[in-house]
Amino acid sequence: MKLETLRELNAERAARRPAILVTDTESGEQRLVKAKDIAGDPLRAELEKQLRMGKSASVQAGGRRLFLNVYAPTAKMVIVGAVHISQALAPLARSLGYDVIVIDPRTAFASPERFPDVPLIAEWPDVALPPLNVDRYTAFVALTHDPKIDDPALLHAFARDCFYIGALGSRKTHAKRGDRLRAQGAKDGDIARIHAPIGLPIGAVSPSEIAVAIMAEVTAQLRLPPKEREQAA
Amino acid sequence: MLDRDEDILKAAEDWRKAGHGVALATVVETWGSAPRPAGSSLVINDDGTFLGSVSGGCVEGAVVTEAMDVIETGKPRMLEFGVADETAWNVGLSCGGTIRVFVEKVA
Repeated sequence: MKLETLRELNAERAARRPAILVTDTESGEQRLVKAKDIAGDPLRAELEKQLRMGKSASVQAGGRRLFLNVYAPTAKMVIVGAVHISQALAPLARSLGYDVIVIDPRTAFASPERFPDVPLIAEWPDVALPPLNVDRYTAFVALTHDPKIDDPALLHAFARDCFYIGALGSRKTHAKRGDRLRAQGAKDGDIARIHAPIGLPIGAVSPSEIAVAIMAEVTAQLRLPPKEREQAA
Repeated sequence: MLDRDEDILKAAEDWRKAGHGVALATVVETWGSAPRPAGSSLVINDDGTFLGSVSGGCVEGAVVTEAMDVIETGKPRMLEFGVADETAWNVGLSCGGTIRVFVEKVA
C-alpha cells in the first residue's frame, strides 16, 4: 500500500466515514473508494453490498480477483433514559460491538451503581448530545417515556440521520408524540422513521426481553438490504 | 461496521513516517472455520514488532518472517495456510480451516 493511500484511509476512518480498499491481489494494484464515490464506481453493486454487511471479501470482477476491504466506523448506540430496559440493553449492545452511551438528566437513574462500565451522561439532551458526534452509524433509542427528555433527543436524531431511531411507547403514546414533534418542526418523514412501538414483535414482556427485541430490530436495520429492511420495520 | 481492532493502521502510518520499513498482512479469503475473518490484519515493522492478528496466533510467526522479506523486496505476496497444506508451510491452523493472507509493503 502506498503511504498516501494509508494516510487517506486513516483520515476517513478518523472522520467516521466508511471507505473500501480495493486490491488486485495478483498485481498488488490498489485504490481507495470513499463512501461518497461508491455510487459512481464501476463496482458499485459489490461495494454497496459489502459495506452494508460490514464484511470484507474477495470478488471476481472483469476477469480479475479483487479483495474488497471494508472499513466502516464502529457503530454507536445512544440510549436516552437510564431506565430498567437500558440496564439490559446497554450490556447487550456492547456484546454486539457497539460503543454505548447512556443519557439521563435524572441523577437517581443515571447512577454508576445501576450502569457499571457504561459511559453515563447525567445531563439534558440539549447539553449531552451535541458533543457526541451522533451520526449515520448511530442507533438512537429513546426510553424515558418523558416528552421533556425524549422529544428534544429525537429531534437531534432526525437531524443526524441515525440508521436506527426507536422510541418507547404504545401506538397511542406515539401518535401524541408525533403531534408534539410536528409542532416543533419535525416532518412526517422524520416521524415515520421512528420505530414505535419499539422492538421486533416477539411478545417481549420483561425489560431484558424488550432489550432483545430492540437489539434485533436495530440489527435488522443495520444488516438487511433496503427492501427487506422495510418489511422488517 | 463493528470494527473493534486496535488502531493498527494508524500505527503503520506512524511507523512509516518515522522511517521504518513496514508491511501489512491481511486475511483476504477463508475456507472452513477460520479464526479471524477476511479483512483482519497485522502490521509489522523492520524491528520485527507487530500488532494485530490474522489467526488465533497459529500462523503469525510465519507471516512475520514472510513480511520481513516483503519489506526488503517490496514485492507483495500471497500466503496460504491450512491443515492440508503441510508441503508448502510448516505451520497450520489447528481449527481445520484455510486462510489466504496478502502481504504488502507500505511504500
